[in-house]
Amino acid sequence: MSEDMKVVEDLTQSEYKWGFVTDIDADEAPKGLNEDIIRFISAKKNEPEWMTEWRLKAYRHWLKMVEPSWHNVKYPKVNFQDIKYYSAPKRKPQLESLDEVDPELLKTFEKLGIPLEEQKRLAGVAVDAVFDSVSVATTFKETLAEKGIIFCSISEAIRNHPDLVKKYLGSVVPYTDNFYAALNSAVFSDGSFVYIPNGVRCPMELSTYFRINAMDTGQFERTLIIAEDNSYVSYLEGCTAPMRDENQLHAAVVELVALDNAEIKYSTVQNWYPGDKNGKGGIYNFVTKRGACRGKSSKISWTQVETGSAITWKYPSCILQGDNSVGEFYSVAVTNNFQQADTGTKMVHIGKNTRSTIVSKGISAGRSNNSYRGLVKVLKGADGARNFSQCDSMLMGDKCGAHTFPYIEVDNDSAMVEHEATTSKVGEDQIFYLNQRGISTEDAVNLIVNGFCKEVFNELPMEFAVEAQKLLAISLEGSVG
Amino acid sequence: MAINKEFESAKNWYINNYKEFSAGLNGLSKSFFTPLRENAIKDLGKLGFPTTKNEEWRYTNISPLLKNNFIPAAASREISLHFEDIKNKLFTGFEHHLLVFINGIFSEELSSVSNIPSGVIVDSFGKLLRNNPEVIEKYIDNFNNVQTAFDALNTAYTTDGLVVIVPDGKVIDKPVQALYLNGDDENNVLISPRNLVIVGKNSHASVVTVYEPGAEQKYFTNITTNIFVDENGNLDLYKIQNESEDSYHIEKVDAVQNKQSVFSHYNILFGGGLVRNDINTAMNDEFIETNYYGLYLGNNKQHIDNHTFVDHAMPNCVSNELYKGILDDKAHGVFNGKIMVRKDAQKTNAYQSNKTVLLSKEATIDTKPQLEIFADDVKCSHGATIGHLDDEAYFYIRSRGIPAELAKSILIRAFANDVVEKIKIDGLKEQINHLIFEHLHRIEI
Amino acid sequence: MIKIKDLKAEIEGKQILNGLNLEVNPGEVHAIMGPNGSGKSTLANVLAGNEGYEVTGGNVTFFGKDLLEMAPEDRAREGLFLAFQYPIEIPGVSNSTFLKTAINEIRKYKGEPEITAKEFLQLMREKSEILGMTDSLINRSVNTGFSGGEKKRNEIFQLLMMNPKLALLDETDSGLDIDALKIVSKGVNEFRSNDNAVIVVTHYQRLLNYIVPDFVHVLYKGRIIKSGTKELALELEEKGYDWVTNGELQETAV
Repeated sequence: MSEDMKVVEDLTQSEYKWGFVTDIDADEAPKGLNEDIIRFISAKKNEPEWMTEWRLKAYRHWLKMVEPSWHNVKYPKVNFQDIKYYSAPKRKPQLESLDEVDPELLKTFEKLGIPLEEQKRLAGVAVDAVFDSVSVATTFKETLAEKGIIFCSISEAIRNHPDLVKKYLGSVVPYTDNFYAALNSAVFSDGSFVYIPNGVRCPMELSTYFRINAMDTGQFERTLIIAEDNSYVSYLEGCTAPMRDENQLHAAVVELVALDNAEIKYSTVQNWYPGDKNGKGGIYNFVTKRGACRGKSSKISWTQVETGSAITWKYPSCILQGDNSVGEFYSVAVTNNFQQADTGTKMVHIGKNTRSTIVSKGISAGRSNNSYRGLVKVLKGADGARNFSQCDSMLMGDKCGAHTFPYIEVDNDSAMVEHEATTSKVGEDQIFYLNQRGISTEDAVNLIVNGFCKEVFNELPMEFAVEAQKLLAISLEGSVG
Repeated sequence: MAINKEFESAKNWYINNYKEFSAGLNGLSKSFFTPLRENAIKDLGKLGFPTTKNEEWRYTNISPLLKNNFIPAAASREISLHFEDIKNKLFTGFEHHLLVFINGIFSEELSSVSNIPSGVIVDSFGKLLRNNPEVIEKYIDNFNNVQTAFDALNTAYTTDGLVVIVPDGKVIDKPVQALYLNGDDENNVLISPRNLVIVGKNSHASVVTVYEPGAEQKYFTNITTNIFVDENGNLDLYKIQNESEDSYHIEKVDAVQNKQSVFSHYNILFGGGLVRNDINTAMNDEFIETNYYGLYLGNNKQHIDNHTFVDHAMPNCVSNELYKGILDDKAHGVFNGKIMVRKDAQKTNAYQSNKTVLLSKEATIDTKPQLEIFADDVKCSHGATIGHLDDEAYFYIRSRGIPAELAKSILIRAFANDVVEKIKIDGLKEQINHLIFEHLHRIEI
Repeated sequence: MIKIKDLKAEIEGKQILNGLNLEVNPGEVHAIMGPNGSGKSTLANVLAGNEGYEVTGGNVTFFGKDLLEMAPEDRAREGLFLAFQYPIEIPGVSNSTFLKTAINEIRKYKGEPEITAKEFLQLMREKSEILGMTDSLINRSVNTGFSGGEKKRNEIFQLLMMNPKLALLDETDSGLDIDALKIVSKGVNEFRSNDNAVIVVTHYQRLLNYIVPDFVHVLYKGRIIKSGTKELALELEEKGYDWVTNGELQETAV
């Protein structure tokens, strides 16, 4: 066995560090799904009638749909009647400050390495923590409110800003969009809501931390971000989940709306429990993320570092409607052991002179499978559309797979579309060269993999970039990388 | 569900026609091939014609094809053509053996095969099936690979085609040219050529297949080509498809390669209303080289779909693929290139490139270059670009006094050149350059 | 030969030429100098008919005909040649095919017979010798894989082959070492005659040591702000562009 292979093996044998269960009594819905459960969820959250109706419509539509099977992942069928669709920490989260948060919860966050208070003081990151299904506490609300920025849980937004929610919820991802989006629309528990008013540049990074805690709970969060004309916001999303033998379902929906000259930067570090090294347990991460560049010269940029989940199935997309709008997708997806990832993006060019960039780095190790699946579509009216895609894969070991499925559909002769893809491995000569310069094999592998992902890490906000690099090392320490 | 009904009824048409067709097989009916036909008809029943819901047919809707009830061309027919009638359809400028097929049926009178080395077979599939079936029965495994409805359709209805068998250590001195003249003056016919090219150990062959329209009526050419290149063998297979724009043209090429062999496929597409090629190569051993070169020129409402597949199952093999397209008017191009690198295929080198130029607002392209990789020590890359002719180069050429249309054709020639220059037969290369301009209704320089 | 009156042009909505006037007669060599961004390359491209530039005012006559109305190829056929600042690479088209086509198109336009293969070869040999070009360079694809200097030399080779009435040299000296500069200048001087004219667009005076101009114009903010003889170029070299542009600023400030 070559030296770097050994490192891969060593790294892969490390355990998931964030598998612990917080002991808080949950206020739960019984297992299963029917109209009563949906009414229960809606009632629990004190939702207005129109919201309950919307959920029910989505549910009725979902009943008519079938689970998709076109992706390159394999998993046992999910029993949707065997899941609890609502689980809230017992203490109601109408909290004014962090002091009122259940100390147990705060400890959990500390274990996760995101102490809220620390962040509040030092990092200047406003955090909306979604613990299981209910938004627990939102920090920095006041600072933001001064600028007219709304940053709260979606439940709160439904109650306090119904006009905005009615106008935009489901406008980017309608409940008819796909199987999991319909399910989410019916049962979504909580999530974040962000509204940036005209001309405002959000002064800090907004952040949400998701965590799946209770057994058998599917987490269905729903995020909606609206950036009015000439505004800017950078949003960070982090996810972890405790270790469990069973597979847990996570089916989120994220909708972004950027109006004239607005810019939304959405960064994700996803570290859900990937299952153990024999492929047992782990999260099914079936997510619909989509941004609409509605306004002219608007910009939406997705950056993701995906290291967790047993199965990932997500395609953060941009609908480039406004003339001169820009869509970007930067992704690092790491799979190890028995993980499967089918991820990529869709760039739909509708407006004139719209531009998109796709940079995807897939790293496969162990017995995992990692697929890039992307669509670049240029519609008839999208004169002068430009796309550049770069999809690189790195394989570690000979039991894993790397796959590329780029779809390119061009209906306009003035468009320029370029797609490139390469596959490589960590070269023994590279390792040797670094060894010769005094660097250990393990560090060498890390260096090389980090170099491979650099273009994507560069897009992450500083504090996330550091975390992402560590995660990569752990995950590929979970695998290599 | 209207679509499915249409697809069902087309399927039934071809299943129901089989009885009458097989009754007319006469001398052919007793051969080893007949049970394969019967199985194929059963397969057709099971498989059904693919709709756009089938991922492999996502961008190609065959319902216009299925709307026609094509009549399977009979196993034999009077042919009243003379060599003078077909002369202008041939590629000349290089010496060749010639086989001519009218509606898929071999014409001895129009063909000329002479002085071939002993042991080498350059002949008609139908003739061999009648007289020396054992010659081709050896390769029965190559026929037993029905995977799609069109494959099944060909197997059921084929009566003839090109057979080239080069035994170990032989070289055919000059290329074999097979001209398929398709179409009937009275009926809308289904033409089902079955080609078999076998290149033995250390042998070499060069084959040029040419598909041309021969009559006014609509027709459907549905070809299956089986290829086997043994150890150290070398095969160049050229296809020049220039069928009428009222016609439908589907071909499936299945190639199997053994150790250290080289197979190069050149796919030059001018004609056809709805065109679909599936080109598949399975690498059976190490140190194999596979080359795919394609050039597709579409105008009017042509629909041209190329699906290619290279299956790297073994280590140390190389594949190169370059497909280029020029689409004008309302032409629609589809490219789907799949490279599979299996677990054991370490040290694979696989390159794939698809480039398309759109010349008109209405032209469209859907491309999907696809990599599936299960081995880590490999070099694989693919690229796809879609664009228009370079504005700066266009201006530069015009600034030297060259008119706009001619400047455009110079750029088109330059674009196509990467593929055309790969053609190893000089006489053929020149004529193809010529045809590029003829097809695009542009001026020759 | 060419009369440029009050020419105004813009690129991507940005006004570059602001009413430029210039007249060039047969036998003359004019140098147009100016700092970066003054509009030198725009002038060259507008005259050659590059569609990326939009003419927004003024007129240009070439031998009495309205130049701005003509397609780029017709301008070339009428005898206008632009040596590009950045010659374009055209992979897959050989230099010789390209030139032969161009020459024949121009001949066809003039009602002259096509050049024979023999004549063409002779012409190639004769002109390539002047520039010391090798056969391999001639047989390669147009400008493809050429170094910067080889590209410039190839532009002058085309100039000699096509023998136009008016040669526009757009920064032909940029990126050339002294030896290449001498060769290129030699080619241009070979071309010069009493029947044709040359407009040399350049940033530096250096080239004008080898291609000696009859007139020197200073272009600034899209207009010619000073004209003179070859001594003006030397003065510019010595005192820098500020020397004239400051004056211009004062003038416009009034």
